[in-house]
Amino acid sequence: MAKDKELGEVILKAEHLTKHYPIKKGFFGKAENYVHALEDVSFEVRRGETFAIVGESGCGKSTTGKCVLRLAEPTSGTVTLDGQDFTALSGAELTEARKKMTLIFQDPYSSLNPRMTVADIIAEPLDIAKTYKTREERDARVEEIMSKVGLDLAYKYRYPHEFSGGQRQRIGIARAIVLEPEIVICDEPVSALDVSVQAKVINLLEQLQRDLGLAYIFISHDLSVVKHISDRIMVMYLGHMMELATADELFANPSHPYTEALLGVVPRITRERIQDKKILTGDVPSPANPPAGCCFHTRCANCMKVCSQRAPKEFEIAPGHVCACHLFDETLTEEERTPPPEV
Amino acid sequence: MALLTSDSKDAKQVEAERIASDAAEVLTEERVAAQKSGKRRAQSYWAVSWNIFKKNKLGMFCLFVVILLVLIAVFAPLLAPYDPYAQELSNRYQAPGGAHLFGTDEFGRDLLSRMIYGCRVSLSVGVVSQAIALVIGFLAGVSAGYFGGWVDSVISFIIQVFSSFPFLLFAIVVMFVLGPGLINLYVALGLLMWTGTARLVRGDVMRLKGSEYIQSCILSGGSSWRVIMKHLLPNCVSTLIVTSTLGIPNAILSEASLSFLGLGVQPPMASWGQMISAARQVIQSNTYYSVIPGVAIIITVMVFNLLGDALRDALDPKMRS
Repeated sequence: MAKDKELGEVILKAEHLTKHYPIKKGFFGKAENYVHALEDVSFEVRRGETFAIVGESGCGKSTTGKCVLRLAEPTSGTVTLDGQDFTALSGAELTEARKKMTLIFQDPYSSLNPRMTVADIIAEPLDIAKTYKTREERDARVEEIMSKVGLDLAYKYRYPHEFSGGQRQRIGIARAIVLEPEIVICDEPVSALDVSVQAKVINLLEQLQRDLGLAYIFISHDLSVVKHISDRIMVMYLGHMMELATADELFANPSHPYTEALLGVVPRITRERIQDKKILTGDVPSPANPPAGCCFHTRCANCMKVCSQRAPKEFEIAPGHVCACHLFDETLTEEERTPPPEV
Repeated sequence: MALLTSDSKDAKQVEAERIASDAAEVLTEERVAAQKSGKRRAQSYWAVSWNIFKKNKLGMFCLFVVILLVLIAVFAPLLAPYDPYAQELSNRYQAPGGAHLFGTDEFGRDLLSRMIYGCRVSLSVGVVSQAIALVIGFLAGVSAGYFGGWVDSVISFIIQVFSSFPFLLFAIVVMFVLGPGLINLYVALGLLMWTGTARLVRGDVMRLKGSEYIQSCILSGGSSWRVIMKHLLPNCVSTLIVTSTLGIPNAILSEASLSFLGLGVQPPMASWGQMISAARQVIQSNTYYSVIPGVAIIITVMVFNLLGDALRDALDPKMRS
């Protein structure tokens, strides 16, 4: 798809987002240790763009989404929405600001209340925000949105269990856009769907983006989907930002060893076997006990002595292309560059 | 440059057409599916449940008996052949048959009439005390499950305290404090029987709380009240119906026990438990006197229990194919 959209202004800015979940131990629930779900992640989202967050399971993608929405309160860091400090809001102001930002869920089965009709599900944000005066206005808005997401109006009074996964996801999308938000956070919106349905839902999302000028934060582990839909991509690992670049740049010129490894395992129809490429060995370390230094050094093919000693800074290796890896640090000594001793 | 833009325009047009055709395809697919299932209107959860329930013969039979009992209780004054309080001391302990179908008691009162009036007491105790227990149990369970934290700790502790006492002993104490009588019986049983409901609702709510539709409601700014009434209550209804239906026979039995002990319904009001109590002295010479209310209690309790089971089968989504 065309990636020549003009850059809009920044509407969402996340700075130094950190989220630690306490692990409860002991009788009085005193926290003895923390799961480091998110460590100092910063990014910006511009109007009308698709910003993708990719990574393995448990890397903090969904936590990022939740912290941005404040479904989970970030331990530290700020989120600025439209120039307003979103993390400082509460009460009615928070409710008001949240209208600009909605969420599409991964599981189209648990995201719809089985006891509500499609019309009621879609109209729920309207009911809460009280944006209509008469019943007719509400109905009209629901019908408008239903036709926008490709749902037959005859299904208004049906219940969710009568729909397929793709149709349910359309209902979820309808609910997310009914208040005309600016940013929609899509938390793995297609990973629970069949591949053929995935394409239809992705096309719908793209069409809605064009029609309504939405910005997406697209959280996914599926790089082929991300490559297709996103403008900019952030690669995450163990709660840390590894690399951030435009989609074209990232796929053409992956710089972080982790990104390289990740792109190496995207299935492609070629004679080349995946085994010939770099494949990550070992498991993701526990986020409750993250490794010292660079969090990826335990699995990195290019590991150096410095990697286990201190965390890398973020280096801008090309305009808009940021990579957090010691390989790009010009100031390292020869000693620090040597591979670590074998254990 | 001009060529380029026209090219990209073409590409956009093609894309738009493709999306339109995709959407059309989905719509036709859906139409076909809709046609396949005939002119089926939206089948609500309750319609589906009723269809499943209808197939359960035992459940239908129990429902029929329950309706019959309710009708007897409601129309007791029309159905009773005699005044249940009219004493006829010359006609004491008459065996069943003849003018008095179920015989007479120690004051010569007609047993059938007293049975019919006793049905009122039993059913009303079951229904009213369960209604009280339902409201308390739901509110306590929802608060504990939804708010968690110290609210949950306090409510769970109260539930533990209530359920660590032997039920009947506790009931006797409460009735002793409140004093005997029908209204006090409702209140006492209602105050004692909410813990089971609360515990089940708490579990349900804790499971439902993490649901994405509830997160979505909170994200749109929905209040706790809205989440509870719009999302949690409708999803707990089946649990509530089943626990209440299964709680009614317990309440009826407790009423019988308390009346038997003299702490429930006071004479001359007729209650099945109190009738058994009165019949105890003559159980060897006039066995029918204790058997008749006993059988009535057994039937009522069994019918409600089986109805509860049938309802659970019909309302539980996991029991559906």
